[in-house]
Amino acid sequence: MTDDRRFAALHNAQALPRREIPLLPFAEFRQAVIEAVRRGKTVAALFADAAADGAVVLHAVLGDAHRATLLVSQTRLERDAFDSFTPDCPQVYLFEREIAEQFGVRPAGHPWLKPVRFHHSYRPGHDAWGRAENEPIEVGVMDFYRVEGDEIHEVGVGPVHAGVIEPGHFRFQCHGEQVLHLEISLGYSHRGVERSLIGGPGKRTIHAIEATSGDSSIGHASAYCQAVEALSATSIPLRADALRGVMLELERLANHTGDLGALAGDVGFLPTASYCGRIRGDFLNLTALVCGSRFGRAMVRPGGVTFDIEETRRAQALDRLDRALADLKGAVELLWNATSVQARFEGVGGVTRDDCLALGMVGPAARACGVPVDVRGDFPAGIFRFAQIPISTMTTGDVFARAYLRWLEIQRSAAFVREQLQTLPSGPHRLTPAALRPDCLAVSLVEGWRGQICHVALTDERGRFARYKIVDPSFHNWTGLALALRDQQISDFPLCNKSFNLSYCGHDL
Amino acid sequence: MWQVIRARWRQGQRTISYPAGPAPALSDRFRGLPIVEASKCPAGCRECAEACPTEAISTDGSRFQLDLGRCLFCTECSEACPEGAIQYSSDYRLATRTREDLLYDGQTLKLAEALDQQTRRLFGRSLKLRQVCAGGSGASEADLNVLSTVVFDLARFGIQFVASPRHADGLVVTGPVSENMRAALLEVYEAIPAPKLVIAVGAEAISGGVFRGHDETHDGAASLLPLDLFIPGWPPHPLTILDGFLRLLGRLDFSISSE
Repeated sequence: MTDDRRFAALHNAQALPRREIPLLPFAEFRQAVIEAVRRGKTVAALFADAAADGAVVLHAVLGDAHRATLLVSQTRLERDAFDSFTPDCPQVYLFEREIAEQFGVRPAGHPWLKPVRFHHSYRPGHDAWGRAENEPIEVGVMDFYRVEGDEIHEVGVGPVHAGVIEPGHFRFQCHGEQVLHLEISLGYSHRGVERSLIGGPGKRTIHAIEATSGDSSIGHASAYCQAVEALSATSIPLRADALRGVMLELERLANHTGDLGALAGDVGFLPTASYCGRIRGDFLNLTALVCGSRFGRAMVRPGGVTFDIEETRRAQALDRLDRALADLKGAVELLWNATSVQARFEGVGGVTRDDCLALGMVGPAARACGVPVDVRGDFPAGIFRFAQIPISTMTTGDVFARAYLRWLEIQRSAAFVREQLQTLPSGPHRLTPAALRPDCLAVSLVEGWRGQICHVALTDERGRFARYKIVDPSFHNWTGLALALRDQQISDFPLCNKSFNLSYCGHDL
Repeated sequence: MWQVIRARWRQGQRTISYPAGPAPALSDRFRGLPIVEASKCPAGCRECAEACPTEAISTDGSRFQLDLGRCLFCTECSEACPEGAIQYSSDYRLATRTREDLLYDGQTLKLAEALDQQTRRLFGRSLKLRQVCAGGSGASEADLNVLSTVVFDLARFGIQFVASPRHADGLVVTGPVSENMRAALLEVYEAIPAPKLVIAVGAEAISGGVFRGHDETHDGAASLLPLDLFIPGWPPHPLTILDGFLRLLGRLDFSISSE
């Protein structure tokens, strides 16, 4: 529990009645959030919602890793503007931009107030930039930061890139080869995910969640199911917890493996690039062995999981896991022994620990800077209440750290999957969850392979979603990539970008 | 150096022998083409249609139709059916040439036919494709990338993904076409020299999928571009995509290629 009466406290994957959440005057709310972050809490979510009377309500969800507790609070805005938190609390700068865009309230004093996804406000007639309702909003058209000078030039890349990847726009301010500043403008994949969830859960809900970020289908579906199970006071069978954990770590194994291959490819080291491309497929096929889909779709459902792992399948999975890992070891160790690779990885794209903390970065990108954040250990839920995965960290915060960290995590995840498969709890793997309780709030965190996935669900008086907030780990980390590019060669951008490998669609929603 | 050579030797030869040999084994839980025994349907039963998240099924208990362009290949309909009349088969072949061909009766699917002789003379041995992700979730894109790995080795068929639309013979679209990607998608299409092909990969690119009807999307590429090939799936398995490409180029249809 918290001794701070300005917040209500709850655990990960827990719900509480909305009337128990303190409703603070704005100035006190702002002060409470800023002070808490100053004392080391992290901002899991800061978002707005429209109350029944049309007023905008701000909700804050903070993480207190020391006590494995989440803190929630709220405030009502009396007008279409509020004092920005960002000058005192940089972690929330993108959350404030999102609030401004979605609900047409202006964070006054925000140093970098620009659209996030380029869409009209959810409250017709209220626009943070004073745009008319019928005025078309053009994606990517905004006031980019510019460096002026005789020898300064600007490089714009995207939304369509050279490879088969998602769309985004990157604008570099360069002096020769040197990048002085990179600004990242996204929103091209905005599909209206959050808005479509209101009034749910409906028959499309879980599928939209699985498509929030395709390579994190298991992570997002798990976060959603934890939230729904908290709201319906459903305790799922232990076997289902274990199977979800196995699937989540298989997702991490596949993506980390793919990233190591892609990093090798970006520095022209083809053996590892080619082997990892294939071995990533072995892990995806292992996921398909369990649930039929290489991306884990249709596996995680409220109440448990759709598919069980019976005895023969378990033996087959263990055998294939060991073989894939042996192949991977041979492929990846080449990287650490090739001086040509190390010369390209080390000292490139560094993010300092201080910047990482100030931005509130999450996942491997944060752990590579020596910041030991990991939902699985900090806010354990599901199987991670009973089985722990040791956290890995690096200190240098550069491409090498992000690459090597993935290899460390691969080994830990593989050991976890093996252990879980060998000791699967008996019992059922799925039950039917009850209806959602009305007027409640649930917070659900999952450590996806990119980092902290946060879902916050608020129900109305009928037990339907009044608001559903999704915070993909990429939302916390894109600015980390922008900082990593400062003073780097522009030719190192692909390498730096791949070392973060953030989600565009998870950010754009 | 020796370590690199040893690793190479250990990793071995991994490219699949398909299409000359058999396709690689898929998971026994893989959900390919669904097979529907409409004769089992009780009169007036609409359980599957009501369970379907994307309104892909229409049935009145006797006449059954599944729109594979909307199908998410999930388990909702097969779980909802009281008679067990819907079963997924392991058949990964799903690509068609027209949108109408995706309206499937549950028994026979008219798979894609090859391009006409003249177009095949142009593209049959060398097809360069520009891919545009128009609001996709990254899953279809990932399994398109898989085609370029050593396992599928797309380049052995003369098919390659290229960076510049000027170098491309065709466009591969993924995603429901978000409003914010509409202009970029059309620009890429315009930049590809004619004659050109357009291929929609995945439920979202074909129909909008789970995002169909959203104000923020255009329900797939069909309303904006003329499409030559539809590859269903959510996302389609790499084999499904490869099968579609090869079918289009007439490289699987031996009766045509021996003419």
